[in-house]
Amino acid sequence: MSGYLTGLIVLLALNTIAAYGVYLPMAAGQLNLGIAGFMAIGAYASAYLTNVCGWPALAAIAAGGGTAAILAFVVAMPILRTQGIYLSLATFALGQVICAILLNLEVVGGAAGYPVSTHIEASTVVAVTVVVVSLVYLMSTTRVPIYLAAVKNDPLVADLLGLNVKALGVAALTAGATIAGVGGALYAHYFNYVEAQYFGVMLSTYTVLYVLLGGTQSVLGPLVGAAIFTIVPEALRSSSQWRYAIFALFIILFMALRPQGLITRGLTRRRAQAAVQGGTTAS
Amino acid sequence: MIAQQIVNGLMLGGVYVMVAVAFTLAIGVLNFLNFSIPGIFMVAGMVSWAALKSGQHWLLAFGFALMASAVVGVAVYFLTYRPSSDSDPEVPLVSSLGFLVLLENLIVLWLGSDQQSYPAIIADFNFRAGSIIVGGAQFLSLALSLAFVIALSLSLRFTNLGRQVRAIAESRRTASILGVNVGSVVPRVFVLSALFTGAGGILFAISYLQVSSSMGESIGFKGISAMIIGGMGNIWGAVAGGLLIGLVEILSTQFLGADFVNIGVYGLLLALLIIKPEGLFGMAVAREKL
Repeated sequence: MSGYLTGLIVLLALNTIAAYGVYLPMAAGQLNLGIAGFMAIGAYASAYLTNVCGWPALAAIAAGGGTAAILAFVVAMPILRTQGIYLSLATFALGQVICAILLNLEVVGGAAGYPVSTHIEASTVVAVTVVVVSLVYLMSTTRVPIYLAAVKNDPLVADLLGLNVKALGVAALTAGATIAGVGGALYAHYFNYVEAQYFGVMLSTYTVLYVLLGGTQSVLGPLVGAAIFTIVPEALRSSSQWRYAIFALFIILFMALRPQGLITRGLTRRRAQAAVQGGTTAS
Repeated sequence: MIAQQIVNGLMLGGVYVMVAVAFTLAIGVLNFLNFSIPGIFMVAGMVSWAALKSGQHWLLAFGFALMASAVVGVAVYFLTYRPSSDSDPEVPLVSSLGFLVLLENLIVLWLGSDQQSYPAIIADFNFRAGSIIVGGAQFLSLALSLAFVIALSLSLRFTNLGRQVRAIAESRRTASILGVNVGSVVPRVFVLSALFTGAGGILFAISYLQVSSSMGESIGFKGISAMIIGGMGNIWGAVAGGLLIGLVEILSTQFLGADFVNIGVYGLLLALLIIKPEGLFGMAVAREKL
């Protein structure tokens, strides 16, 4: 396999993981603009574990996800006191603070960046991605997505129907952060170098774009969105000067013409079921 | 020394005030977090720079820049706000982010991505008040931004359009029933917000003498923070928030070092969102919005 193709596939895998990190909270109505902060936590924590403590790469990657999960769990309660646009901006501020702190943490290299000694192969990145996507897919066959959709559509009614809205919100945020942490850890060990500047607000923003482009109604949406976001700019590479401008125009027109995203429930489930849900979830 | 830093902080805050007010106008009236505002800020700075470089008079250059801002504002209205009126709330947000990416890349294609030095329109002068040195251009731009905000505030209170805008902010439905033509007022709010942002971009260029295709990003995000700190939809809150952010930025540079600026500014934002989400001057149930 050519180096270019391998690079593209790894990029696709990392973008897909990040997209699922955004997707889970969004399924519960939380627009997380700080996902890059959780990725940074995962990247730095796992890099520190392999560099200094001598952990094997896979264990460190899992621990990276765990660290991001712990942080998310700790901040979830205060942050989820806010709602809607305030919640998005609180996650945005959290991401900025995490990046700024890591940038000043001399034990992980500070502003100079942090080299990672252990290398993982592209196949490992892809394998972990497949596991993560499968887990999310398995989860989507349970009742959890229905709970999350209920919380998203109307927290008050969901509460009245006996759902624990607060716990579901915390769980969605934490699960998303875990996935993002794993993604960051994979990034660190594949590229053998992390710098806090990479995990800035634009990374979070682009990840949110993947998910919304793919659509939030279906569990396949983030995968499709990440694939389009990875492949289309590559296909436009021949006109490299214009590709980002064309791509941005594409986003604007896409959102104007098909705001519900590319993949919707009606495309993935049976038509009859879609018709029933179409009446209840259209908002 | 500390007084000097406070003055510097207020001057820097003056830049954020214009952006924060533009954001607060969009969110207060339309409930729309318009992420294209940092892009418009940048377009105004870069267009006026390009016009000045090609030898235009500064009045003409500023006119071009404001015109470009207004055109972008109208485009955002037609392509972002209007099509997504009945979809999920994050859709217009994403679409306006698309505008930010589009504007930055178009400007890079046209004028390049280098940082450009802006010609000094006002002769460089400083004046002293006791031991404090005040930069003339910065002082002028702070004074002008405050003047613009006062003008906006007065016109919202006393003009016919202002009354209609406030009615829409209160309740779009009721305003519509009472005969406000929502479909014609909303585009004008977009233009007004874009003009405000554009003026902010020009004032920034005049006082800091440098422009680049990425100048909108960090200022835009600090403008959003300023708006939240002041309380969304509250114009004078946005002014206070902008000045406060400028102060925090300069003071954390002074006492903690330049690397701690983002920790200071965004830490303040995060803490405030958790403790008092409605902002310093926002009402819990926002009734008197503008």
